Amino acid sequence: MQARQNLGRTIAAHAVLITWTLVALFPVFVIVVNSFKSRKAIFADPLSLPLPSNFDMVGYTTVMHQGDFFQYFLNSMIVTVGSLFCVLLFGAMAAFALSEYRFKGNTLMGLYLALGIMIPIRLGTVAILQMMVATGLVNTRTALVLVYSAQGLPLAVFILSEFMRTVSDDLKNAGRIDGLSEYTIFFRLVLPLVRPAMATVAVFTMIPIWNDLWFPLILAPGEEVKTITLGSQVFIGQFVTDWNAVLAALSLAILPVLVLYLLFSRQLIRGITAGAVK
Amino acid sequence: MGALTLTQVTKAFGKTEVIKGVDLRVEDGEFCVFVGPSGCGKSTLLRMIAGLEDVTDGEVAIDGVRVNETAPAKREIAMVFQSYALYPHLTVRDNMGLALKQAGVSKVAIVEATNKAANMLSLDVLLDRRPAELSGGQRQRVAIGRAIVRTPKIFLFDEPLSNLDAALRVATRIEIAKLHRDLKATMIYVTHDQVEAMTLADKIVVLRAGKVEQVGKPMEVYNNPDNTFVASFIGSPQMNMLSGAALGITAHTLGIRPEHVAISRDKGSLPGRISHVEKLGGETLVYVQVEGQGLLTVRLLGEYDWQVDEAVYLSPDQTRAFLFDAGGLRIRT
Ligand SMILES: Nc1ncnc2c1ncn2[C@@H]1O[C@H](COP(=O)(O)OP(=O)(O)OP(=O)(O)O)[C@@H](O)[C@H]1O
Ligand SMILES: [Mg+2]
Repeated sequence: MQARQNLGRTIAAHAVLITWTLVALFPVFVIVVNSFKSRKAIFADPLSLPLPSNFDMVGYTTVMHQGDFFQYFLNSMIVTVGSLFCVLLFGAMAAFALSEYRFKGNTLMGLYLALGIMIPIRLGTVAILQMMVATGLVNTRTALVLVYSAQGLPLAVFILSEFMRTVSDDLKNAGRIDGLSEYTIFFRLVLPLVRPAMATVAVFTMIPIWNDLWFPLILAPGEEVKTITLGSQVFIGQFVTDWNAVLAALSLAILPVLVLYLLFSRQLIRGITAGAVK
Repeated sequence: MGALTLTQVTKAFGKTEVIKGVDLRVEDGEFCVFVGPSGCGKSTLLRMIAGLEDVTDGEVAIDGVRVNETAPAKREIAMVFQSYALYPHLTVRDNMGLALKQAGVSKVAIVEATNKAANMLSLDVLLDRRPAELSGGQRQRVAIGRAIVRTPKIFLFDEPLSNLDAALRVATRIEIAKLHRDLKATMIYVTHDQVEAMTLADKIVVLRAGKVEQVGKPMEVYNNPDNTFVASFIGSPQMNMLSGAALGITAHTLGIRPEHVAISRDKGSLPGRISHVEKLGGETLVYVQVEGQGLLTVRLLGEYDWQVDEAVYLSPDQTRAFLFDAGGLRIRT
């Protein structure tokens, strides 16, 4: 009886999950499929798979020849990875300080650092632009890394400090008694234990950065520092849009995030916490 | 070497005072046990000795040297935690050797020290495993081994056995006692297990709400408690506390251990009714509801067939009774 009920529930749960997966993947599927089709075929039958008759790589060849696409990729990659590194490193450090040390204004500081979650950073665009102009950082990837770090830090600090509170005090104290420095305790004992949380934060931070069009357009529209999202905009015109190229560019843009995601999700699953305490 | 002196030590978290002026001296080589109810500050006091918690006021001294400002690693102490706190990414060997490595001891010396400690605790075969691959008991032995390797002046234990099952607890308790005999080191041990406290300690420190209630040898504390708190905290089952007024004596409270109360069907000073009987094989505990005194416990050696609801008479052995005044302090005559 129990087993049958469980089976029913399992089927229901899986049905919901599979439906959701299909819904979520559908747009991606349409983009990838259509990127391999000729322009006519895209409009004639957007849902069909690419057939030998309408197979066309024209989108990809356009993308490869238009502008320096490889450079755009590289820029996106540098900006995303750079911001991710800053967000994770500084976020984790701030979170460690907030959760580990008792000091005056600890709670207030935590609230202050988390405030950014509620206030969209784009509200400050004008001020940011003025600041970047003043510091001569306009049209540099550094500008984007700085802005995205600021954008990602509040959530990172918030999530990571909650997780770090759950790391056993005894473990940290054992390290202190054994003569480990606070840095070693942070990097060798605490960080490995909050790896799943770090991976979550990484994924949540990475996707909006990779997809962002706003700040690249405003802070770094230069040809050498253009990101892939901005680079693909050349195919979207006010009157004509080169759909082949747009779809091809989008399909290509999925790949790097997919790789990064796979990298982090392995960390998400792997739990090495077992055996640390208890 | 490893005598510890606490002088008027206090600890406050914000405005709440948790340790309220503790004076204590632990001699070199002594096994000192802190007992007390949950939340009384045992762990806090231990962490202050270790240097993991700042001392708000007062002085902590090891071998006569003030260590209030000394970092934990420099105090020559070792600590064993209730949760084991092994480093998950290191093998047993590296777990045990880390402190020496940090202190800059040569590799050869570390291997030697680790092997010696592993030998003492029969951990030899486990040296290359990681903590995740060990059982609870083995993990706790590794944690103890990690403490031994450092050859500290003082060993600190914070409820090291409370995560182990009953059989393993006894075995590890005996192992710790043996360790103390072999190493002759100063040990400070926190527990709320009566048996651990009584069997291991040279000196018991009974704490309540951040204050020391009594210090003494286990049998001194048991046979000669200073106040009602110590009297009822030490000893299991608890001492019976009888109201003096109802007995017609001048003392406010009369304390009598369950084994010093006689029970009879026909004669005695306190009439009552049996409300529950527990047979443990070696002993029988009879709980008797007595008019004006509440539930009293009688402990009888051996098996007895007392029935629930039976009317009985109790007679406390007056020569073994303890008298306390209204403030709970012992009246010594
Ligand atoms: N970091 C802290 N901030 C505020 N209060 C604390 C902190 N750590 C401990 N306390 C308080 O100090 C008191 C003593 O705590 P402690 O952990 O020393 O108790 P304990 O005697 O070890 O209890 P147990 O037997 O349950 O382990 C408790 O009332 C606790 O709430
Ligand atoms: Mg405790």
